[in-house]
Amino acid sequence: MRRLVSDTLVIAERNLVRLPRAPELLLAFTVQPIMFVLLFRYVFGGAIQTPGYTYVDFLIPGIIVQNIAFGGFVTALGLNEDLHKGLIDRFRSLPMARPAVLAGRTLADVATNALSATILVITGVIIGFSFHAGVPEVLAGAGLLLLFGYGFSWMLGFVGMLVSTPEAANSVGFITIFPLTFISSAFVPVSSMPEPLKAFAEVNPFTVVVDAMRSLWLGAPSENYVWGAVVWSLVIIAVFAPLAVARYRRAAGQ
Amino acid sequence: MTASGLVKSYGSVRALAGVDLAVAHGSVLGLLGPNGAGKTTIIRILTTLLRPDAGTATVAGLDVLREAARLRERIGLAGQYAAVDENLTGLENLTMVGRLYGNSRAAARRRGHELLERFELLDAGNRATKTYSGGMRRRLDLAAALVANPPVLFLDEPTTGLDPRSRLQLWTTIEGLVADGTTVLLTTQYLDEADRLATEIAVIDHGRVIAGGTPDELKDRVGGERLEIRLEDPDHAEAAARALAPLADEPPAVAGDLLTVGVHRRAGAIVAAVRLLDDAGVGLEDVVLRRPTLDDVFMALTGHAAEAGADEREAA
Repeated sequence: MRRLVSDTLVIAERNLVRLPRAPELLLAFTVQPIMFVLLFRYVFGGAIQTPGYTYVDFLIPGIIVQNIAFGGFVTALGLNEDLHKGLIDRFRSLPMARPAVLAGRTLADVATNALSATILVITGVIIGFSFHAGVPEVLAGAGLLLLFGYGFSWMLGFVGMLVSTPEAANSVGFITIFPLTFISSAFVPVSSMPEPLKAFAEVNPFTVVVDAMRSLWLGAPSENYVWGAVVWSLVIIAVFAPLAVARYRRAAGQ
Repeated sequence: MTASGLVKSYGSVRALAGVDLAVAHGSVLGLLGPNGAGKTTIIRILTTLLRPDAGTATVAGLDVLREAARLRERIGLAGQYAAVDENLTGLENLTMVGRLYGNSRAAARRRGHELLERFELLDAGNRATKTYSGGMRRRLDLAAALVANPPVLFLDEPTTGLDPRSRLQLWTTIEGLVADGTTVLLTTQYLDEADRLATEIAVIDHGRVIAGGTPDELKDRVGGERLEIRLEDPDHAEAAARALAPLADEPPAVAGDLLTVGVHRRAGAIVAAVRLLDDAGVGLEDVVLRRPTLDDVFMALTGHAAEAGADEREAA
């Protein structure tokens, strides 16, 4: 157990130390979210009706959750790259705790998710976003966001260990993340969608989490979403963490 | 280190079809074979990365399946694809590996420093490894395999793709490790590499060991150096073969206008061949003396040229 903790921290440190040295990754965590905020606020925002909220208030919780999903994308690509470059072979030949490579990676993701979320909130505030809640609710929202992100990292970590090439990881990520994030309440009210999409959007965990964020940060009247979001996050972790670790044990590089 | 009856299939492709090996403590076994022969698969099984479908193996006295966790403390692996993190510096890479062996940060850094010095990477130690040359990366990869001073070292094609100078450097390093008592299992596609480094060679083809022995024993079976003579006129091949008979180990092989002759002695072979052919009135375009290659080993042992097997995993 002690080894699991220390090995996990070593791997988490490795993933964070390398971040500033890989400009393309840093862009993905900083500039890309800002671009999305500006795009939605100023290009689509004027045409989207969000009763009860200004669009920027409606948008920020949604886009922050979407951005978490994109962070998971980077996890899938990164692990797949490690697999291909033989680093996973190296780790597996070391006497380290078996889950540590994935646990360290997902732990590092919590830090990068916190960084992107902070950048998004600051950008939001500059263009008119404000919290309609007290400090405890804001912090609870942040905690929920990071918990969901942690689960999502495990899920895409599993994808990264499963697929054969980084290109495949890219496609699988793209095909799953786009429908999940866009057919949800992240950018438009679900009530504006046609019936089949609405049915999907209402059960989509992204909707649950985004609505939970709005209830915590904007005081939206949907308290039970918060527990739904916590349960979703825990279920995702409980399912995908063991799957990803089992896959890691069997992983073959090249 | 011993292995017996190792079998491994990938789907319908049989990568290993029953491999037996034995490596004495402190010696070097070279696994020699073409791409896809199963060399990497053997290394992956012996380093606990892959479970065999059948068969058993022990390394450093530990069973690769049942005592995998303890075994990992006692082996070092340096791969064909230099497995270092490109965005970390040389020192950070070695420190990370040291800490993953359970050492403190300070001890791991100290050991990393030592290894960088030994591998002449100290000046580059604080640079991201993506700026390293191929040879530097291989050296760092080898250094990473040595972090815990393992008594058994696995080297998967350690010099494939390196320039001659880096190759020579790496050979010298490996010889130094062996002199210090490390047991080494290395795979290679190059006969000269196996010849220089290995105390014993196992020739692998299509997932089997097809021959084994010391490099000298193997070379005896393959024959010595070869003269390759390109004739002006292919019709003269028979006359040429007759003329060269006194020089040759065995009847010369003829393929169109190309004559291949195994010769007893390197010294004077070219001059003697040219004289004999001139006396016989056979004109020649070109003559080359070359050492036996992996292809010659395979030709001598199996009657077919070394060819890549179906195991694409090794081809890359």
